[in-house]
Amino acid sequence: MTATVTTPQRTSALQRRLRRVVLFVVSLLLVAVVWEVYKAIGPADGGKIFGWKLLPRSNDNAMPHVWEMLSRYADPELRGSSRAIWRVVLAGAWFSFRLALVGFFIGTVLGLLLAILMARFKVAERGILPYLVVSQTVPLIALAPLVVSWGGKLEIFGWEWPRWLSASVLGGFLAFFPVAVGGLRGLTSPPAASVELMNSYAASWTQTLFKLRFPSAVPFIVPALKLAASSAVIGVVVAEISTGLKGGIGRLIIEYAREATSDPAKVFTAVFGAALLGLTMSGFVTLADIYMMRNRPKEATT
Amino acid sequence: MRRIKGWKAAAAGLVALSLVAAACGGDDEESSGGSAAPAGECETTTPVKLQLQWFTQAQFAGYYAAIDQGFYAAQCLDVAIVEGGVDIVPQQQLADGAVDFALSWVPKALASREAGANIVNIAQIFQRSGTLQVSFKDKGIASPADFAGKKIGNWGFGNEFEIFAALTKAGLDPAADVELVQQQFDMAALLAGDIDAAEAMTYNEYAQVLEAVNPDTGALYTPEDFNVVSYEAEGVGMLQDAIWASGERLADEAYRATAVKFVAASIQGWAFCRDNVQACADIVVSKGSKLGASHQLWQMNEVNKLIWPSKGGAGMIDAAAWDRTAKLSQETKNLEGSTVLTKTPDAEAYTNDIVTEAMALLQSLGVNVIGSSYKPITVELKEGGA
Repeated sequence: MTATVTTPQRTSALQRRLRRVVLFVVSLLLVAVVWEVYKAIGPADGGKIFGWKLLPRSNDNAMPHVWEMLSRYADPELRGSSRAIWRVVLAGAWFSFRLALVGFFIGTVLGLLLAILMARFKVAERGILPYLVVSQTVPLIALAPLVVSWGGKLEIFGWEWPRWLSASVLGGFLAFFPVAVGGLRGLTSPPAASVELMNSYAASWTQTLFKLRFPSAVPFIVPALKLAASSAVIGVVVAEISTGLKGGIGRLIIEYAREATSDPAKVFTAVFGAALLGLTMSGFVTLADIYMMRNRPKEATT
Repeated sequence: MRRIKGWKAAAAGLVALSLVAAACGGDDEESSGGSAAPAGECETTTPVKLQLQWFTQAQFAGYYAAIDQGFYAAQCLDVAIVEGGVDIVPQQQLADGAVDFALSWVPKALASREAGANIVNIAQIFQRSGTLQVSFKDKGIASPADFAGKKIGNWGFGNEFEIFAALTKAGLDPAADVELVQQQFDMAALLAGDIDAAEAMTYNEYAQVLEAVNPDTGALYTPEDFNVVSYEAEGVGMLQDAIWASGERLADEAYRATAVKFVAASIQGWAFCRDNVQACADIVVSKGSKLGASHQLWQMNEVNKLIWPSKGGAGMIDAAAWDRTAKLSQETKNLEGSTVLTKTPDAEAYTNDIVTEAMALLQSLGVNVIGSSYKPITVELKEGGA
């Protein structure tokens, strides 16, 4: 009997996922179509609305054709080079992905530690939280050279601070904030009755933390992690651009942008690579989310 | 219980993945150590870090050639070249002690020195300024006086002072007589007609416009399509790429000796690039530059023109050019009415002692440091610099 009940549910879940994939592809196509339609009907040299220059140029230099950009992927990166652009972009995205992952890890650990500290001590919350908010107003591009410079001087027991770690640290710097704030919110979310129940069992604070607060914080932490994942990517890419770190997608974007004078389509290949990177990273967190939430009743997630 | 296991497992997975990612992080510095070093001749090699202003390109070919040809290794130096980035200020990295030597344009470095960074110019590699103002012929901009009433592109960030100096010299008020427009690092704005004249380096942006296709003819733009104003020719050129050292550490005998060897081997690299233009462009490409081959060769050739021939010997700081740069840096007001420098740089801001010792070293090696018979080659640019 159970089989007949669950089977339709499973197919509907499968269908739902399939529909999402199809919708995603359709929305991508839609963007491409809008791009091409504007290119066809938009003013080639830009246009003014009420004297304001609002309409972007639609000529080939400003808006290359979609197929122009896509066909670039098959071209070799440099004349005489056997490496096609798609391989270079993928390699760059993979490099940045690893840096972002390290940054994500740094940010998550730091964010969770801060969240625990703030949940444990009210004083810490009052003292730390404002600084967390302030920290996020520091422009990343101002911080990037500083971190590189500090890192350049660090040497711990003969282990030299590698330059890429600066980029990861900057990714972590952006990533820790949502985790800290979301984590704090989650850790303080259990109702007073539950906390009192734990107290009545004479549970220590640590026991309460692991048996009650963490599990109930998961619905708050997961969206925070999603934010953190994309923040880590942004942090790493910006840091790469800012400090000129070689090998990543950020560096590719400026290197290809320099060729925009004669080959405007090329830079888009790297930009799409960065977008792919962000999608992969948040997809990764979504998978973790599905895994962590698999035994949870549906109401808990809403 | 199962819930707890869930997040524990997820956390463990995250840790494991991050460790994997960390373990395979790349190495990003180009080093001269290893194969090129003639083992046995050096008792110890001194590690040296050189900070560039930008990514690997022929603008820095001399240093890459010195690594590739083993000139540094012959001086018992293990030179690591650190690339720049959008927000990396080389002289700041030097002042912070993150690197041993840095390349920088003179006015910017002097501004940092005035702000307290103890850095010293020990070798003026580029003897001439390579800054141009490029415009289409039909705009009729043949000299700075013609800038009046035009949209003049400039890069800002301290790269624009030659423009202001030229305007001031032509009797124009930068605030009232021209429209100054912040320019991107590509030349699209010039080609699209957003600006009338664009700031360009002979060795980079000027080549970019010559690599673009003219939609009217279907062929590449040619030099005949443009008017070019050279700030060097207008008498307002400011000194550009120079090697800067830490003033503090120069008091240390070992660092000073390293500086002499470093400057000597670097000039040897530049001399190699003067005589082997194509080989040097190839070296730079092999070091991972993303610029196309013809663009790279063009850049190599143009950079050579900025260095050679070198009257007093490559790297020698010409007092007249130095004083002109310092004077323009003090007198030229930008839009905000401020100047690069507020007072004359002190005498310790540059020294020819190190480069003089380096010359002696190079003479013993038979390196021609003057290049009086230098002739540039002709480079044909391909579409997109390919």
